[in-house]
Amino acid sequence: MTNSQHSTGHYLLEAHNLNIYYGTHKAVADVQFNVERHKITAIIGPSGCGKSTVLRAFNRMNDFVPTCRVEGDVLLDGQNLYAPDVDPVEVRKRIGMVFQKPNPFPKTIYENVAWGARINGFKGNMDELVESALRGAVVWDDVKDNLHKSGLSLSGGQQQRLCIARALAVQPEVILMDEPCSSLDPIATLKIEELMRELKERYTIVIVTHNMQQAARVSDTTAMMMLTDDRQSGTVIEVNETNTIFTRPKDQRTEDYVTGRFG
Amino acid sequence: MNTHSSTLSARHRIGKFWQMLLAAATIVGILSLIVLIYNVVNEAAGLAVIQYSVDPKLVLPKPLDELTNEEMIAAIEENLSKGAYQRANTDQPFNTRTKSELTKFVQERVLEEEVKGTWSLTDSLFKADQIRADAAKNYPKARLEFRQWLTLDFITQPMSSNPLYSGIRTAILGSFFVIVLTIVIAFPVGVGAAIYLEEYAGHHWFNRIIQTNIDNLAGVPSIVYGMLGLAIFVRALEPFTSGAIFGILDSNGRTIISAALTMALLILPLIIINGQEAIRAVPNSLRQASYGLGATRWETIWHHVLPNSLPGILTGTILAISRAIGETAPLIIVGASTFIAFDPNGLFAKFTVLPIQIYNFTQQPQDEYRNLAAAAILVLLVLLLALNSMAIFLRNRFSNRL
Ligand SMILES: Nc1ncnc2c1ncn2[C@@H]1O[C@H](COP(=O)(O)OP(=O)(O)O)[C@@H](O)[C@H]1O
Ligand SMILES: [Mg+2]
Repeated sequence: MTNSQHSTGHYLLEAHNLNIYYGTHKAVADVQFNVERHKITAIIGPSGCGKSTVLRAFNRMNDFVPTCRVEGDVLLDGQNLYAPDVDPVEVRKRIGMVFQKPNPFPKTIYENVAWGARINGFKGNMDELVESALRGAVVWDDVKDNLHKSGLSLSGGQQQRLCIARALAVQPEVILMDEPCSSLDPIATLKIEELMRELKERYTIVIVTHNMQQAARVSDTTAMMMLTDDRQSGTVIEVNETNTIFTRPKDQRTEDYVTGRFG
Repeated sequence: MNTHSSTLSARHRIGKFWQMLLAAATIVGILSLIVLIYNVVNEAAGLAVIQYSVDPKLVLPKPLDELTNEEMIAAIEENLSKGAYQRANTDQPFNTRTKSELTKFVQERVLEEEVKGTWSLTDSLFKADQIRADAAKNYPKARLEFRQWLTLDFITQPMSSNPLYSGIRTAILGSFFVIVLTIVIAFPVGVGAAIYLEEYAGHHWFNRIIQTNIDNLAGVPSIVYGMLGLAIFVRALEPFTSGAIFGILDSNGRTIISAALTMALLILPLIIINGQEAIRAVPNSLRQASYGLGATRWETIWHHVLPNSLPGILTGTILAISRAIGETAPLIIVGASTFIAFDPNGLFAKFTVLPIQIYNFTQQPQDEYRNLAAAAILVLLVLLLALNSMAIFLRNRFSNRL
């Protein structure tokens, strides 16, 4: 990873002139925004405006959609993730992901956490790593007596925290979360939000949510996405401190959206 | 209101009509199954008249059941040719045989007992008196006994020219050899192809052509595979399939390995298609979870896709195997032998298999071969039933895990 033509060094993750196509459909156009270290950056916007598509571009998960093509650069620490000499597997090790629906492996809780670390060549004390990852995801107390039960035996909220623990065990730099609470009840949601605030001490988090209150509660920076005027492609129309986005947005469309007047 | 309720009752009538039609279809299915099983069981046991070709009074000093072991051995030595006696003695020395073994040997080889006629199970149960009278009149010197044709001896004894002593051991072993070898060949290739097609191949036109061809191959009549096997494995690859290049010179290409290769071709499309279906049933969220942790494609396949699709893959494989066990036509073409008295002893042995054995039994002129065929069919059915139960068990045991 050598390419560093645009980097300012200030941001951990930068998207430059990002255009993403599914076949001939340009789903995301001219996205430009940056993610600061140890901050929570939220991407909000209506359904179908390309939030998940942008998020997946950050760890090259779009590679698995055969029709998908990404134009532009995504820089991690100044290194272009789409440079030809970059191994996408390495990218996904450094940038972990938590999905919309909790998706633990049909294995034991212990194995769920240990597996990712093991394939990535972790050599230290696995029991310690599993415990610290589960503690990091604030699910240790729920599972410490049942480490050898199936991950699928947990409740939805516990499963999602297990998935976060699983991501932590690989020791990534960034954690991407795609609507991580959308299938959870309000109490489980609050727990995950609390957890995110703790995690940002050590990790950088990008979260997609269509829940504006959630973005307002947890994030430091918010990127507002919206379909362009031809209603074909989504783009980031405004990025700012979360507080500003929700109280003094510059763009009229952002104001309409955050005040619920969006139709 | 009135008009409404009358149309409703008409609708219910239509529903009832269809329900009865469907029930009738089910009943027809069950009845045919019952008739089939009845037919087989009906022939697998029943009365039989059995007669000694040689009069015991001429060759034995006293009635058979009063003879001691020594007297029986003496009678055997006296009445068999020297060579035959010697051969039987090297198989198992006479002085180590038990009384019942010796009695049987005397019945078979000295008195040369043979079947004169057999009756079905139903006749034997309901017309026993008439049969007894007939037998007494037509075969005054014979004995009438109730015989079960499916016995342990039938399963464990090799073929013999005397139907009373003929067994299907060589056919069972032949089937076993062919099937095991077929699995060894077809399973890895089939699962490998299924993984490749599902996890690696894109929607390139070339891959789509391959996929379409595999789907169609599954429907090709088995006899076509027989022709293919004959042309390729028996003829073109004869130096290999006869074992000639391994120094086995007394054989032609009509060997176990040819049969297994042909069967492998036959079930390969089934294994691939079933395997693909099982792999496709693994939820994508699992693959994404794995990739999201920095796993490679192969790690994802090996640790997640395969373990979670294995029950489905195995179920499909077992069903493919149970199809292969029952296949007859391709193996007749590939050249299974009809009479094999020796156990198959390796890849390059001549062989016969159960369905071919059954076919041969039905082609014999004597009545009692029909009973042997029925007994062999029972063995085959039990085998198939066991395999299918295993498939169902696997499916139920693992289907709810995801
Ligand atoms: N795998 C895909 N194949 C084709 N089109 C897709 C795919 N995923 C998303 N899209 C399209 O891209 C656009 C953005 O989708 P997405 O990123 O999922 O939006 P959001 O997450 O904001 O709801 C939508 O028009 C959607 O139909
Ligand atoms: Mg989405």
